[in-house]
Amino acid sequence: MAKAEPELVQMSRHVSAFRWPDAPEEEKFSVCVHCGFCLDVCPTYQELKDENHSPRGRVLLIKEAAEGKLPLDESVIDPVFTCLDCRACETVCPSGVQVGSLIETARGQAHAAYPPVGRAGTVERIFLRGVFPHRSRLRAIGKFIRFYQRSGLRTVVRKTGALSVLPHAAREMEAVIPEIAADMAVDALPERIPARDAKKGTAVLFTGCVMDVFFAHVNEATARVAVRNGLEVLVPREQVCCGALQIHAGDREQARIMAKTNIDVFLATGADYLIINAAGCGAALKEYPDLFRDDPTYGQRARDFSARVRDISELLVEVGFEAPKGHINKTVTYHDACHLCHAQHIRSQPRQLLRAIPDLKLVELPDSERCCGSAGIYNLTHPDMASALLERKMDDIPETADAVVMGNPGCMMQIRLGVHKRQRDLDVLHTVELLDEAYQKEAAEQ
Amino acid sequence: MTSPVELVRAMKEIVGEQHVIHEQNKLHVFSCDGYVARQALPRAVVSPANTEEVAAVVKWLHEHQIPFLPRGAGTGLSGGAIALNNEVVISLARMNQLLSVDFENLRAVVQPGLVNLTLTKQITGDGYYYAPDPSSQSVCTIGGNLAENAGGSHCLKYGVTTNHIVAAKFVLPDGEVIDVGQPYGDAVGYDILGLVVGSEGTLGIATEITVKILKKPQAVQTALAMFDRVEDASNTVSAIIGTGIIPAAIEMMDQLAMQAVDKSNFHVGYPPDIEAVLLIEVDGLAAGVEEDAERVVEICRQNHVRTVKIAESTDERALWWSSRKMAFGATGRISPDYIVQDGVIPRSRLTEVLQRITEISRESGLRIANVFHAGDGNLHPLICYDSRVPGETEKAIRVGSEVLHVCVDVGGTITGEHGVGIEKIEDMRYQFRDEEIEAQIAIRRAFNPNDLCNAGKLIPEPARCVEVKQARRIIEQNVEVFSGFQEQTAVTAPDSTS
Ligand SMILES: Cc1cc2nc3c(=O)[nH]c(=O)nc-3n(C[C@H](O)[C@H](O)[C@H](O)COP(=O)(O)OP(=O)(O)OC[C@H]3O[C@@H](n4cnc5c(N)ncnc54)[C@H](O)[C@@H]3O)c2cc1C
Ligand code: SF4
Ligand code: SF4
Repeated sequence: MAKAEPELVQMSRHVSAFRWPDAPEEEKFSVCVHCGFCLDVCPTYQELKDENHSPRGRVLLIKEAAEGKLPLDESVIDPVFTCLDCRACETVCPSGVQVGSLIETARGQAHAAYPPVGRAGTVERIFLRGVFPHRSRLRAIGKFIRFYQRSGLRTVVRKTGALSVLPHAAREMEAVIPEIAADMAVDALPERIPARDAKKGTAVLFTGCVMDVFFAHVNEATARVAVRNGLEVLVPREQVCCGALQIHAGDREQARIMAKTNIDVFLATGADYLIINAAGCGAALKEYPDLFRDDPTYGQRARDFSARVRDISELLVEVGFEAPKGHINKTVTYHDACHLCHAQHIRSQPRQLLRAIPDLKLVELPDSERCCGSAGIYNLTHPDMASALLERKMDDIPETADAVVMGNPGCMMQIRLGVHKRQRDLDVLHTVELLDEAYQKEAAEQ
Repeated sequence: MTSPVELVRAMKEIVGEQHVIHEQNKLHVFSCDGYVARQALPRAVVSPANTEEVAAVVKWLHEHQIPFLPRGAGTGLSGGAIALNNEVVISLARMNQLLSVDFENLRAVVQPGLVNLTLTKQITGDGYYYAPDPSSQSVCTIGGNLAENAGGSHCLKYGVTTNHIVAAKFVLPDGEVIDVGQPYGDAVGYDILGLVVGSEGTLGIATEITVKILKKPQAVQTALAMFDRVEDASNTVSAIIGTGIIPAAIEMMDQLAMQAVDKSNFHVGYPPDIEAVLLIEVDGLAAGVEEDAERVVEICRQNHVRTVKIAESTDERALWWSSRKMAFGATGRISPDYIVQDGVIPRSRLTEVLQRITEISRESGLRIANVFHAGDGNLHPLICYDSRVPGETEKAIRVGSEVLHVCVDVGGTITGEHGVGIEKIEDMRYQFRDEEIEAQIAIRRAFNPNDLCNAGKLIPEPARCVEVKQARRIIEQNVEVFSGFQEQTAVTAPDSTS
């Protein structure tokens, strides 16, 4: 490039800025042909209109860092972390660039180079390493929130303004945390639930962390609809959080530890499938092999594992599901969670389940595949971008809808926040909640 | 001489702090557009919000004699938005509003950064659309379309961009704002609008554009026809047009292009042993369309088609179109890099030209995939290469040039829709005589006397400026040595007026 450069940059030319193992791979960034098809689907480009914050730009920055044309400084790190990892770009990219994998491995490099500081650092230390990997701590937090919600402490805290110690985004979230169940599903469900009719296979239910603390009832509904449709369900107690949030933050080391546990636990059961009802976790579980590129043993185990991971909607359609007979007289709209539609290519299955429910009216959500801004802990680390995207999502939800349905707990929290802020009369539901309700009603109606 | 600090301060004052990018490392992503064979860093990227800001930016740059160029989405395929002279890039991406629509009179006023397909999306609910549909329509901007006079699959029936733009606000290279064209009715006096459409950002910057919109056709039928031999496909195209049917589109792809798209998300499943596939669309009033579609199928059969099929659903039709429209990008599935060429030939010479292209491919050892608007003879040979192999980029550029010369030799031109930019600037000499080029330069000089606005694009320097060019080439070949002087050369070197 014909421009005077600082001496240091010149010297470092052709020495990759990615000096740690597990770096973004050349065969992944070199397939980008710079056509630009990805620009206008990228939510951050739509908002900022700066190519540094577009998929094409990010891939170029990663490539140049790998080639030593750019140092691993703010110019690379900021775009790489402002990415929502929503994969909308992968859906349109005609050349098949795996932007998600490039972003995640680049974050791994940044993580190794600069241990996180500031707000992101706090979030990471406390939650990503301190809480999520440990069931007992998750359980304790769940119990505390439940106590907080039910004891009157919430009223006191809200009145005294004690919440002001939390960052604004977290304070907003506090308001929309759902009523916490007494127990997480992983504790409440039996370890083995037999299939109701002729058995179509055995499936491990992956209960997750956020889903199980905030939406334990969704896990229970998932188990019921699976059993109802001929699956034997196992709920191994030793499973841990999937590690998606750690992967998004670039903490691949912590993620690998968790992935190994899950792989070992699952493979030991010999089950046919692993059921997941959280899009973000599903994508991460299906992409475990990416974490073990340099580890032949776990690489193979991860591939065996990932081949059996199924989103609940995907599995029900695959093995065949019985249409419920219970009626639900509601109008709903469906939001495509990024990690279902873009990362796992699951679009028709959840709609198929919803359409099978008698009387339920499904209206389309315009631009339903655009990110709602939740993106893991993104709404805590990048509150401005997250809230701009949430506003757009809320604008799109049709007035006629009684509920907005989706397949991811992160989106559910985010959209609950949107509903709360706008004071809209709108339920936020998981797809299986409605299906389960229709099955339940069937029993009652008979 | 203006210091970088002064420049940045002045730009920030006009467009606001957060809309000026100037740190060197943040400029890399602007070092090229959809044409990647050349790269150069701009000195800054400025994103104005409206006509007034564009005019103020341009005026300041003109006063300080700093070169600049407009940029839309950066999907151009001839390098028009590459800052060869270290320009200040004026990005129009933020100016992306649909300003007003007049359905009754079929007009819409848009800002230049509005994405082509977004305009259609915003008026489709009312039953209207914007007709020019470059394959890149989901990303490219209407300002970029204006500058390149973009074409598209449906331009066979509906005409290219210039037939759909009726007026524009235009910021001249000295910052003055003029209105060109007539929102209703034809040009009065000289057709200045006709001149600026297709001027590739060398005459100024369009900041508000009035376009025609059309009512969506009542019915559409799309056929996919697979041929064992290119010749049969090519005869089919001529036969269809010969019957007097004006199809909305006739697109062709060859085997290598089919392989590329079939490896992408837009998989159709083309047989591996056919030579050509045609995508033919007819539209209009329901009754006529049905009949035309039947005739199209019949003509395909007469010309030894292997299989021909009419799309049964909108999903199927959409997939076939995606497969065609994503073909350039999908070339990344079979090659690390490619150059898209863009020649036009008389339709009747298609078979012969394709044979020549096959020979050029064989001689050079570079694979060439072919995708084209067969209806109007606009070829897009995709020259596959690997920039990591020393010398291969230069070879690919040379091969591209050879292909264009074949087009000119059979009576065609060097560009149908992607523009000349820097890519084909030397090929202009193959197409035009020196006098003709001088005439064009005189026009440019009338608009852009100091050559500050997108210099070094579209029109080559006349022969007598060859010395200047040689000097520049020496500088370019010795970048390391001269890089210290770059600031200075950037302002003074692009001097076709000397
Ligand atoms: C995969 C792919 C497929 C394509 N298919 C087609 C096709 O089918 N048909 C076709 O015609 N083209 C096609 N193109 C080329 C390209 O998309 C068009 O040339 C398009 O018009 C460029 O628009 P842009 O917004 O990206 O402009 P840019 O690339 O940003 O700019 C292009 C030129 O226009 C100038 N410019 C931009 N905005 C303005 C303005 N407001 N005023 C004055 N000058 C301006 C720039 O200086 C530059 O010279 C394709 C490109 C790609 C990558
Ligand atoms: S669509 Fe794919 S190939 Fe094209 S620029 Fe984006 S990432 Fe690169
Ligand atoms: S993953 Fe989403 S946010 Fe990130 S580059 Fe792709 S489209 Fe943009």
